[in-house]
Amino acid sequence: MAMTARQRARVSLYIQVGIFVVALAALALAIDWKTVGNSVFNFAKIGPMFPDIFLVGLKNTLIYTFLGFVVGLSGGLLLALMKLSSFPLYRWIATGYIEFFRGVPALLVFIAFGYGVPLAFGVQWNVTLIVMISLGMVASAYIAETLRAGLQAVPKGQLEAARSLGMPQWRAMVSIVIPQAFKIVLPPLTNEVILLTKDSSLIYVLGLTASQYELTKFGRDGISSLGAGLTPLLVAGAFYLVITIPLSLLARKFESRSARTKR
Amino acid sequence: MNDVVNSSSGSTGSTGTINAAGVSIKDLRKSYGSNEVLKGISLDVAPGEVVCLIGPSGSGKSTLLRCVNLLEQPNQGAINVGGFEATDPDVDIDKMRRKVGMVFQQFNLFPHLDAKRNCTIAQTKVLKRSQEEANKVAQHNLERVGLGHLSDRFPDQLSGGQQQRVAIARALSMNPELMLFDEPTSALDPETVGDVLSVMRNLAKEGMTMLVVTHEMGFAREVADRVVFMDGGVVVEEGVAEQVIGAPTQARTKEFLRRVLDPTHIEIEE
Repeated sequence: MAMTARQRARVSLYIQVGIFVVALAALALAIDWKTVGNSVFNFAKIGPMFPDIFLVGLKNTLIYTFLGFVVGLSGGLLLALMKLSSFPLYRWIATGYIEFFRGVPALLVFIAFGYGVPLAFGVQWNVTLIVMISLGMVASAYIAETLRAGLQAVPKGQLEAARSLGMPQWRAMVSIVIPQAFKIVLPPLTNEVILLTKDSSLIYVLGLTASQYELTKFGRDGISSLGAGLTPLLVAGAFYLVITIPLSLLARKFESRSARTKR
Repeated sequence: MNDVVNSSSGSTGSTGTINAAGVSIKDLRKSYGSNEVLKGISLDVAPGEVVCLIGPSGSGKSTLLRCVNLLEQPNQGAINVGGFEATDPDVDIDKMRRKVGMVFQQFNLFPHLDAKRNCTIAQTKVLKRSQEEANKVAQHNLERVGLGHLSDRFPDQLSGGQQQRVAIARALSMNPELMLFDEPTSALDPETVGDVLSVMRNLAKEGMTMLVVTHEMGFAREVADRVVFMDGGVVVEEGVAEQVIGAPTQARTKEFLRRVLDPTHIEIEE
């Protein structure tokens, strides 16, 4: 029996859908729905998590991310400028810093500044400071590389034009080169914020008081206090997506906008 | 030569007058590695004089121009721009550059700013003029280049010729005493070349000191007070435009002009 190419494709599609449906049905029969309802996703246990996971957890995640980003952006800009400097010592310092902090796990940095450094020097740091230092220092290294690429993407003639109008080097950078570089790095920078949002969960390893809990810590705590298995983690995860998916869409929008116009 | 010439609308000090400066270049040498591109150039430009630099590509004319405002650092020799010893290591390079307007082959307009802001940013940040005064100066100069009606356009909304005229207005807004043009029409569509050249012609008439690297022989012949032919990093021939372009004495000049003025002429020899 001869079939046209289109008929063959349709039959093949039916077979694949059929297999998928059968597999799904088998899975549904095999699963113990009572356990799932109790421990994997228990609707009844979501209620008790509110409003704290929202008012405290989400709020703190946003605050920690923001602090890390502010420090990371300032440090990253400084490092990027150092890396492009004509003075070799600056370049070496920046390169060493970037390679170090991109090469070690962020968790290690959190533990170092959360426990190691305070113990070693006998100081008491509050959580906000630890977040700013740890998250900020790691973010600086990544953001520096992004910004360096952006600064180098601005044509050399821009700096020459600015300098030939009598602008000193710093003014030419501030008024002409950096604003253009920022437009170029907006999409990758938005992705940095997404990574930072997720990395803010590392603060989990520090001793936090209830008012300092962020989303991940809330989820972890919920497992023991609510006894609802995965439920608190899934709720926390959903909150992360509430932050990261719009950012991801924003990055895509920046990307298509900069593709349309150079401005 | 005119030391000071009032342009048509000399309303304020910052919009109306050209206070032309001279340039003096002595035994200028510049190398990139072992490649010496300028082999001892001496050139004087009087205030208000228009000098065109011509020559084949790689002859060092653009490098010479860029040395005048120190976009390139010369290895040897002396440059004096309107009383500033440019080659003195202690010179205030930014102060000197305020006197020197530069127009680039690729325009180099600031793409994130509209035409007016392109013309005001250095005024407000460098000369510390008020935004209001800077706007007035910018508008005056955009009108001067025939683009007063496009002051809110961004560079990517302008044609090449319009962009280059904005670039000239931007340079003029700093009230330069000398203008450097680095092949200002080489990147333009042929039909927009004329607009840029006529702006430059007017500027020359107003008494601006101009040093122009160009391949536009017609312009050089008509507007330049003097033409300098460079080849291989040296000045081969210089003199009034009529003489250098019309009746060159050096073989290399003749050869170059023959190629430029009659590019379709094919010769098989040697």
